[in-house]
Amino acid sequence: MSQPEVVKSLSQVKQKEMIGRNYDLITSGTVKVSSTFVPGNLNELLMCFDIANNLPEINAIQNAMRKKSGEMIAEAERSGHSEDVCTYVKADIGMMAKGNIAPNGKPFPDPDVLLLSYTGCFTFMKWFELLREQYKCPTAMLHVPYAADGQPTKNMRDYIVKQLREDVIPVLEKVSGVKFDIDRLREYLRKSAIAENDLVWMLESSKHKPSPVDCYFGGVYYMGPIFTAFRGTDEAIEYYRLLRAEIEERIANGLCAQSPDGDMPEENYRLVVEGPPNWTSFRDFWRMFSEAGAVVVASSYTNVGGVYDYDGFRHDPGHPLETLADYCLGVYTNRNLPTRVDMLARNLVEYDADGLLINSIKSCNSFSAGQLVMMREIEKLTGKPGAFIETDLVDPRYFSAANVKNRLESYFQMIDQKRRAGGTPPATGA
Amino acid sequence: MTTRPVGEIVAACEAIFEDLSFAKAREWKAAVPGRKVIGYMPVYVPREIIHAAGMLPLGILGGGADMEVIHGDAFYQSYICRIPRSTIEMAINGKLDFVDGMMFPSICDVIRNLSGIWKLLFKDKYVRYFDAPQNFREEVGGVFYANEMRELRDGLANLAGRAVSDDDIRRSIAVYNENRRWVNRVYDFRADFPWKAPSAEVYLLMRAGMVLPPEEHTLLMQEYLAAAEAANRPMRDNCRVVLTGAFCEQPPLNLIKSLEMSGCYIVDDDLMLVSRWLLTDVPTEGDPIDNLSRAFLLHSAETAAKYEADAARKGSYLIDSVRKRKADGVIFAAPSFCDPALLDKPMIISRIEPLGIPYIHIQYAENSSQMQPIREQSGTFADSIKLWSAS
Repeated sequence: MSQPEVVKSLSQVKQKEMIGRNYDLITSGTVKVSSTFVPGNLNELLMCFDIANNLPEINAIQNAMRKKSGEMIAEAERSGHSEDVCTYVKADIGMMAKGNIAPNGKPFPDPDVLLLSYTGCFTFMKWFELLREQYKCPTAMLHVPYAADGQPTKNMRDYIVKQLREDVIPVLEKVSGVKFDIDRLREYLRKSAIAENDLVWMLESSKHKPSPVDCYFGGVYYMGPIFTAFRGTDEAIEYYRLLRAEIEERIANGLCAQSPDGDMPEENYRLVVEGPPNWTSFRDFWRMFSEAGAVVVASSYTNVGGVYDYDGFRHDPGHPLETLADYCLGVYTNRNLPTRVDMLARNLVEYDADGLLINSIKSCNSFSAGQLVMMREIEKLTGKPGAFIETDLVDPRYFSAANVKNRLESYFQMIDQKRRAGGTPPATGA
Repeated sequence: MTTRPVGEIVAACEAIFEDLSFAKAREWKAAVPGRKVIGYMPVYVPREIIHAAGMLPLGILGGGADMEVIHGDAFYQSYICRIPRSTIEMAINGKLDFVDGMMFPSICDVIRNLSGIWKLLFKDKYVRYFDAPQNFREEVGGVFYANEMRELRDGLANLAGRAVSDDDIRRSIAVYNENRRWVNRVYDFRADFPWKAPSAEVYLLMRAGMVLPPEEHTLLMQEYLAAAEAANRPMRDNCRVVLTGAFCEQPPLNLIKSLEMSGCYIVDDDLMLVSRWLLTDVPTEGDPIDNLSRAFLLHSAETAAKYEADAARKGSYLIDSVRKRKADGVIFAAPSFCDPALLDKPMIISRIEPLGIPYIHIQYAENSSQMQPIREQSGTFADSIKLWSAS
């Protein structure tokens, strides 16, 4: 049976073009290439040196969505990597062993530099130590301290700025042969802030009923440009303008959020989700929600690269290096558990959600360790029910569709029952 | 000093090890009103600063092999290691109720997030996540680290209700220098005469140092060394191995015993690295915080929780240990789901393989009970070394 043709909006078409062009640039052999991570991604800084930005996490996601990550992980495990560790790392290492082919079908070049922004995830450090074994290229390490007491301190910020100034920038200058120009950085940061304003508007649009967007499954597409290779570009500004216009139109027309099969006919449940999605069965996973009329109105994962909608952060061209430090320090997984609890509890209230769903990821201790306590705390704070499912990022062995579906159905029944008992009224307020 | 027989000393250490209510630390606290106890987890905290504040640093290394974990399992998913769940269990069961504060060093995301759980559950306690620098330049990471230690000092001073002076810290540095010297002497002695200082005994002796005040622990090590030297014990035809990867969640005591019983003398390890983290004496002159910072940056152990800026030096700490201790091979012993140890292992293997250093890998949890497969594996390893090794 043929799949129904998906009609893409202008913003979707634009994003696809942007991503395709970036892969073409990376694989063209004409530019210097950096590998770096999504959380605390320093795209504006890399652009100052004309260095293209390749993100191994995104490559792992691309491979998972194309059903290729399973064999890559198996390859890495055959070469001695433990079954217990992060599957992003293993998908990346397995991809190298299998020819390191980019989504455009061309081989990835070896990176010229590894920009190890060690932000909110211990595994990042080991991951790039492992890649350095393979590529033997310079590594610029940026250690971002953990904001353990809720607020970053001056000491943390000064430490990051000093590393940028004395370690990271000199390495990037040397690799690229381009002299650092702080005014060029300021200009990129100015553009970042413009796109970030529209991104936040998009995130908050789900306060409408029905929500015009899904901020988890849809959200991973919407956040793509800001968290990858485009923040600081005119293209990103244009993308978020287009997206905003489309969402405004959806609100005007009273449309529910999009699903893999088009617009959802109705909105029955409004959820806040904590944790990354599963990528190997992404669309099946999404359908388990959309077929029940469940929309995700806010998620922690849309903050994975950086947090804009909690304490008002925007990149500040007036303080270029300091603002990069603040951005890294504010990454969701770099915030302590009480802050994460506060963020999610606030989302539940402000977005008038029915409950919190935690998708706990086997691979990701940074997100997952402590989530059961977070769930209990949030239930206590809000009185709204929580539910817990377990999957993985890119390892297909850890996605059990039947189990996940059962848990979700039970959860939706729980919400229904709570409503019947006089709790939260049905989500649809259209 | 009258020296007790070695068995008696070890029995005393074992009693401390088995006592998860930490009676010794409770006694220390109760002896003088106002005393405070600060718990810390692996892999390293500057205990000198806690000591300088007049407090007892108490190493919290999980619940061990025998403690039943009921509540703790409700806090963690099945794919997360055991040490945080047994630590939570101890806290909920009141075993840590006398502990006034907890320190969580930057070793991995699980221990990091445990600091947040502590903040959520035990709001009346002092909680400090202790971030050590991954940049090892004095003017960059060193400045950051010294300021972190000053914050720690001020936080503890606040808890103690009195200032912590530079002289206080200098005195504590001297105490820990002395303690570390004796730890190293015990390790040297074991490497030279492994049949006289079985690893299970050395382990228990070092575990006692996680609970006792350092001055007392130093005396205990002196007593043990004298007794062990005097004891007449048979030398076995064992091979010599370095145990690595066990720097956080501890293996069951039976695992350590099993390795030796199967024919492997452990001549070096990374268990309880906190007692040997700094590789040289810390100067007692000058700014004590800067001295601690420099010691960390320039003279500290290599482990998976640290970034190695120079790829060429990756694994050198282990290789040096193999050479210095004249080891025949390496046993990688990692706790299940331990990201640092398990992610580091392939890189370390790639360094020791070309040197022809034999190795095996075992995985454990602190409550692993089936030792027979491990005994068979390590026994075969020992046999293969003895039969086929070039040495």
